[in-house]
Formats: sequence, C-alpha cells, structure tokens
Amino acid sequence: MEFFRIKKSIPFMRHALAFNVISLVTFLLAVFFLATKGLHYSIEFTGGTVIEAPFKQVADLEKIRAELTQKGFLDVTVQNFGSAKDVLIRLPLKISTTNQNTAMEEQKNIIIQTLIPLGLDYDLELAKTDPKANKLRVEFVGGQVGKELAYDGSIALLAVCLGILAYLAIRFEWRFAVATIVANLHDVVIILGFFAFFQWEFSLPVLAAVLAILGYSVNESVVVFDRARENFRKMRKATTSEIFDAAITGTISRTIITHGLTQMMVLAMLVFGGPSLFYFALALTIGICFGIYSSVLVACPIAKYLGVSREDFVKPVKKEGDPEVISAGP
Amino acid sequence: MNKYPIWKYAVIVAALMVGFLYTLPNFFGEVPAVQVSGLRANKADADTRKVVEETLKAAKVDVTSVLIEGESLKVRFKDGEGQKNGQSAIQEKLGAGYIVALQSISNSPAWLSSINALPMYLGLDLRGGVHLLMQVDMKSVLDKAVDRYVGDVRVLLRDKKVFYTGGISRDGDKVVAKFKEKPELLRAQTEIGSQFPELQFRDTELSGEFVLTVLMKPETIQKLQESAIQQNITALRRRVNELGVSEPIVQQQGVDRILVQLAGVRDPARVEEIIGRTASLEVRLVAEEHATSRNYDAFERYRNEPAPFGTEKIIDEKGYPVLVYKTIAFTGDKITDAQAGFDQQAGGGSIVNVTLNAAGGRAMTMTTRGNVGKRMAVIMIEKGKPEVLTWPNINSELGARFYISGMPNTQEAKNLALLLRAGALAAEMQIIEKRVIGPSLGADNIEKGKNSLLLGFALITVFMIVYYMLFGVVSVVALACNLLFLVALLSMLQATLTLPGVAAIALALGMAIDANVLINERIREELRNGMSPQMAIQAGYDRALDTIIDSNITTLIVGLALLIWGSGQVRGFAVVHCLGIVTSVFSAVMVSRGLVNLIYGGKKKVAKLSIGNVNWHKSVGQVPTKA
Repeated sequence: MEFFRIKKSIPFMRHALAFNVISLVTFLLAVFFLATKGLHYSIEFTGGTVIEAPFKQVADLEKIRAELTQKGFLDVTVQNFGSAKDVLIRLPLKISTTNQNTAMEEQKNIIIQTLIPLGLDYDLELAKTDPKANKLRVEFVGGQVGKELAYDGSIALLAVCLGILAYLAIRFEWRFAVATIVANLHDVVIILGFFAFFQWEFSLPVLAAVLAILGYSVNESVVVFDRARENFRKMRKATTSEIFDAAITGTISRTIITHGLTQMMVLAMLVFGGPSLFYFALALTIGICFGIYSSVLVACPIAKYLGVSREDFVKPVKKEGDPEVISAGP
Repeated sequence: MNKYPIWKYAVIVAALMVGFLYTLPNFFGEVPAVQVSGLRANKADADTRKVVEETLKAAKVDVTSVLIEGESLKVRFKDGEGQKNGQSAIQEKLGAGYIVALQSISNSPAWLSSINALPMYLGLDLRGGVHLLMQVDMKSVLDKAVDRYVGDVRVLLRDKKVFYTGGISRDGDKVVAKFKEKPELLRAQTEIGSQFPELQFRDTELSGEFVLTVLMKPETIQKLQESAIQQNITALRRRVNELGVSEPIVQQQGVDRILVQLAGVRDPARVEEIIGRTASLEVRLVAEEHATSRNYDAFERYRNEPAPFGTEKIIDEKGYPVLVYKTIAFTGDKITDAQAGFDQQAGGGSIVNVTLNAAGGRAMTMTTRGNVGKRMAVIMIEKGKPEVLTWPNINSELGARFYISGMPNTQEAKNLALLLRAGALAAEMQIIEKRVIGPSLGADNIEKGKNSLLLGFALITVFMIVYYMLFGVVSVVALACNLLFLVALLSMLQATLTLPGVAAIALALGMAIDANVLINERIREELRNGMSPQMAIQAGYDRALDTIIDSNITTLIVGLALLIWGSGQVRGFAVVHCLGIVTSVFSAVMVSRGLVNLIYGGKKKVAKLSIGNVNWHKSVGQVPTKA
C-alpha cells in the first residue's frame, strides 16, 4: 500500500506567502482570544475546591445550580464532564479564612447533602464502611500553590524553548533553530487560543500536553531540516526554495503517517480515556494538526527569510568529490 | 551483510528477559491483606505470628498465608470480607501497641518479590486515597520564639540586677530593651550573650536613651525552622500511624511544607480530624508514697486496682502502670528544645538535654526543690489518652536547663527528644492542597487508561502491517518491546504511576512509532532510488538514525524541563515521558534492526523486501535534468 506517489517536488515555497498569511491570521486570532477571553484555568492554578460527583440519572444542572445558590454558594459553577451523569462542581477560593480546612470540609458536606435528594450516587453510610461506594473526587488547592504552578509552568516553557534553541543551533545552524522555535511557539499560542476561545479547562495535564507537543513538533522541523541539509550538500545547482521543496516533499509521507499514528493513539485517549484525559488529548490533537502545518510550512519559509544558504552547510574544503547531481533514473 | 554480532542479540535477549521478568508482577493482581507492625518497643516477630494465627483461627477467618516480611507481619486473606473481619480481630487481640493496616499485596509469587520484581507503584489518582499538602506557619514559629526570648531576657536581667527602663518589648522579630546608661547596656549584653549564645546584638543611642536590640542569628532562625518542620512531621507520623494505612507518606516538601499521602483511606473526614488534632505534654510528680520499689514494677499491684485518691494511674510506654499526682507541674509548651546527647561527666551514656523557657524553668525549680530523690513523669496526651513517656529520678534541684540520663542507647534518646519536642506546641499547619479520590474512581481511571492504550496500539498495529507489511510487523514487535521495557522500568524504579503517567505511556508509544516510520520510509526511498534490498536496509537504518537521535533529544529536553520544574501530576507525566524516549530509541533501533537482520541478513540474494509497494519511479530529491 502506498499513499504518496509524488513524482515531482511540490512547489511549497512558491506559496510561502499564503501560508504565512494564514499563520499570522490564526496566530493573531489566538492572541486576540487569549487577551479578551483569557484562559479558563483549573483550580490547580486559581485555588478553590472541585467536586466531581456521579449522579444516578442524567443530572439536572439548572436545578443543582439553583439549590446550591440557595444554600449560599453564590459563585458556584456547575457543569457536566465526561457524561451527562457526571457533574463537576467548582467553588472559588474563599479568601482570608484562617482555617480553610474546616471551612472546606463543611462546604463539602453541605454540598453532598444538598445533592443527595437530587440523585447523587453517594450513600453517606455505605461510603464510610465500603470504600468501593466512594466515587467522589474532592480537590482543594490553596491560592499560593496555584501561583507557584503558574510560575513553574512558565519557567518550564522558557527552559524548553532555550534548550531546544541551543541544541538546534549547535546541531544545525542558528537560523534553523530560530525558525523552528518561532514556528512551534506559534503552535503553542494557537492551542492556547483554542482553549481560550472555547473556554476549555486549562489544567496541569494540559500544560504537560502543550509542552510535549512543543517537543513533538520540533521533531517535524528537525526531520525536514535534516533533509534540507542533506539536499544542500547533494543538490548543488538548486535554489534554496527548490531545496526546501524537495526536502518537504521527500519527508511528507513520513510526516503525515507519523502524525496519523500518533493521532490514532491520542484519539483513543480522547474517546476512551474518560474525562480526566479528555482535555489532555484535545490539546494534543490540536497540537498535532497544527504541528504538521507549522513545523513544515511555517518553519521552512522563516528559515529561508532568515537567509539560510548552501554555504552554511557545505564546507567546500571538506567534500571535493561530491557528485553534481544524483543519478537520475532512466 | 546486515548481520548482527552475537553479542548484540545477547543484549537484546537479555533486555527482553529482564523486561519480561519485571513486567510479570503486574499481571498477578492483588490480594486483600493486613499488615501488622509494632509501635516503638513492640516488634512483629514469630511470637506475634503465633498469636495472630491463633486469633484468626478462633475468629474462623480463612487466611492464605501469614508471613514475616522485614519489620512487619503480612497476613493474606481469601477475600475482602475475611480481611475486614481479620483486621478487627487482630487489632482487638494485639491492642494499641501494634498497627494493623489494611493493604492490597501483589499476588505475584514469592520468588518474584525476592528479586525485587514488584508491580508498578500506583499514584493516588489510580488507587484512591487522600493527598494533603500542608503549610507550616513559619511566621508564627518565629513570633513564638521571639516572645519567648522577651520573657527570658526579662527574667535574666531581673535576676542579674541589670536595670532597664520602660520594660522589654518585642518589635517584629527583635527584642528591644532600653537603658539609661551605656555601661548598664553593655552589662546586659554580656549577660544575655553568655546565657543565649544564639542571639546577636545591635545597640543605638536614641534621644538620651541607650537601646539594645536583640536578634536571632540567621543560623538560629534556620535551625528553628528546620526543627519546627521536623517536629510537625514527627507529630503527623504518630497520628497517621493510628489510621492504619499501609505505606503512609509523610515527608517534607520544600522549606516549609509537608506532604501527606494516604492510599486507600476509607474515611477522609477522619484523616483530617486526626491530623488536625494536637498532642499535649504534661510533667507531673510520681506518687512515691504508693510505690513498692524503685524499679519499673513500682506500681505493679495497682495494675488491676483503682488509683488512690489524688493520684491517677497512667500506663507507661513499656506497659507498666505508673501512679502520678493530679497536679500538673508544668505543661509541654514550656519546653523550648530537647536534644539527644552524651553525658560528659558520667562515662558518656546517652542523655536527653531539655531546655525550658523562663516560666518553665521557674516551675521546674519549684517542683524539684523539695522533691530530690523522687521521680517525675513526662506524660503525652493524645486523643484524650495519656501515656507516660519516661519517669526519671530527680537527682538535684533543676532549672531551665537539665538533662534526662540513663537512656539505653542513642536511638532511644533521639526518640524521646523528638517526642518531647513534638509534645510541645508544634507550629500551626494549614492544608493548602487536598485531593480525595474514591478508590473505585481510581480503578475506573486505570481501566480507561488501559483501554485507550490498547485501542491505540491496535489501530497502530493494523495500519503498520497493512502499510509496511513485514516491516510493519517488525515495527509493531519493536513497539510492543518498547511497551514491555517501559512497564518493566517503571516497575523496577517503583516510580509513582499517575493518570498523566498512563497518558504519557500512550503518547510515548504514539511518538515512538515515528522512528520506525522514518526507517521504513527511508528504506522504501532507497529502494526507489535503485539500491539493492540489502543496501537499502543498511542505508535506511543508518540515515534514519541521525534524524531519530535529533528528534528524540529535543523531546528529551522537554521531558527534563518538565521533570525539573513540573510538580505533582506533571512530574508523573515527565518521568514516563523521559523513560519512554530511552526505551523507544533502544527498541526502534536495536530491536527492530535485530529482527530485520534475522529475517534478511546474511542471505546472498534477496530479490524483494516486504515493505509495501515501491515499484514506481519518482524524482523527488533530484534536480530536474535539463534537456
């Protein structure tokens, strides 16, 4: 079986401008949504309490919200996650309570008691004796922890960028390194843009996914640049654009198959991984889709604009006997 | 050509065998069990085993085995029902001196455990349990210390007849004393300095008054903070032990935080109640008039008798009854420090040095003045239950600094010192992060993670075989080996596997297949360019290697950054991510090449490779030839 029977180099670079315009527009949109709507941080970042509660039947969110508001939880958010029977209840951090612990425990108990008549799948008595009956997940995070996480997260992102930049600069050439980082950061911003636009929850696993995608799409650029470097040495008479066209065409089959396979795995997580892995898988999905595009069609033009040329790779002294052209077929 | 030397196959086979061996325990599942371990002086030994066996027989509980493993006794049950009944029966029989914890033990055969092959260590989100992160209030620790110094300095100056004006006050983290004349200030400084070498001084002159500012040295503050954390951890451990949780984790995290993780806890509300409880310490005189001897058995005849009027019967750590007066000499919050040490005068036995604050010192002097030769009991009260920690003899009139001698060894001295400190008011703590995961939710998470992993693997398998045929099979086998290595490594390292970790396994496989796709595509390309099959295999693997290394290093950079700066869940992801990269390079390059060599290597004539269709011409990668 063979999907890609490409006989000639596809002139990708001729359309570089178009690709860049598309990128720029998506990028700006993402920045716009990040600025206006902002990210919907999980309580890991903001601090607060989250209760994941399974219901016996399809949960009536409106009613739950109304009942809880009546009990004095004014800024509570109630939403489904995973299935229509699972409800996620989120309470913001109460400021200035000296004893957050007891306040928190009380809150939880009041909520559980409010929800039981509404069909919460939880038996107070049974839960005390039989651990299997306890299907709740309760999470509380103080405000300080969240700030630290956000800080550590940005440090990690910065470290990843610098690390990759340094490695590529040593292994290839600084222009390739810059092009790669720009192209892939643009992926990151677009993923974040999606999360801002749809107000999906941005949690720690999502952060991990975003960074993993950064490393993954850098692979793409590496593969293409690797081939470009090889081509610079082989194809002496070709222009830079032709070199990149050949490199992209030569690797496109691998690019698409690899991404497709990774996506299969991610898709399995998206569909069967349950609510805990859903946004993680979603971030990966967006990352993989945009990764193909940006690491190839954005990184190459940038490298070209930055002025990558044959002289950067071919040391004339080194390879004297290089063949001019690879033997063409009959 | 394309032959591997024997040693390379040996490496692969050895890796596979080790991998298989260490993955094995994960397939045996778990059995309900109870872990019995002794508290302090008590030990779970052969005698305990006998008692336990008899108790269980009497209670008609079926057991699979009762074994001593390390420091504890492990009882395996046939079912959960037996486990529950067994636990209560054993606990009732053994009493408070033992912890009887519910546990799930791997069902893998003993020979696997003996080579340290254990199942993967599951995180709380997969097992269910309670995770608490507590912050120790360091400011209050320092405030309290400064307050104490204010009192101590006041008493000292009064005792030494140093005259100050307008009282001694606290200003933030400083103790401030004012004097009319400079020599008086200097005298105060010398006196304080000789009594409290951990303090430092600054003096200023302000509108005719001489102001002495007393500060704690930075190293004193650091020591204070460390001991506060240590003190709280000790107190927490004691309390957590009561919960009957197997392998509780209580550890310091960062400068001022304590992490508590309790897997499989039934009732999270009780955890908080117990953890939030404070222990208190009291010192009282022993009622010597009722004693029959000077030994531990002094009050043996009161073991089953009520205590005489005005006294109270309290059991000591070793189980002997002790009669003490109801009057409290002083309470534990007067203890500022307790350290294990050596007796410099009497032959270097182990001792515990105790320091009291000024008020405690005065109380101590008053208590001991008329009572030299009597005994003094140090009592710890936890959950309303008192216990005598030690009841040493009073050898002389004592003050704020004294020591308890006659400790059997350093370890005992250290334990007592810790308990004395822990009994004193520990620094306040606040829960800043809490996660409670129901055990069935944990099992659900494992199931979902496993299912998506298997499904993803199946999809990849089908595609690879259809698309690359025999080479696809090789790739899939390499990928399966990768999974095996990864699981084996995780089991070997006993790294905590969390749900993001499971996701990372899936992602690692999804990304690892990239290496094989690269290789296969490259081989196809070389074939199209007219290389012979053997040459194409050689060239395909060699040329793809550079790219594989490059791309894995970039991924590794990400993994390491996450490992260093990530916390909690992210770190769980990062560990697997990093390990996955290592195993995938090994299996994609070594294992798959080994397999290909086994199939095609050494043969003189290989007409065709089973790698899918390559029979068409393509001119990519070539400059169009000009006519």
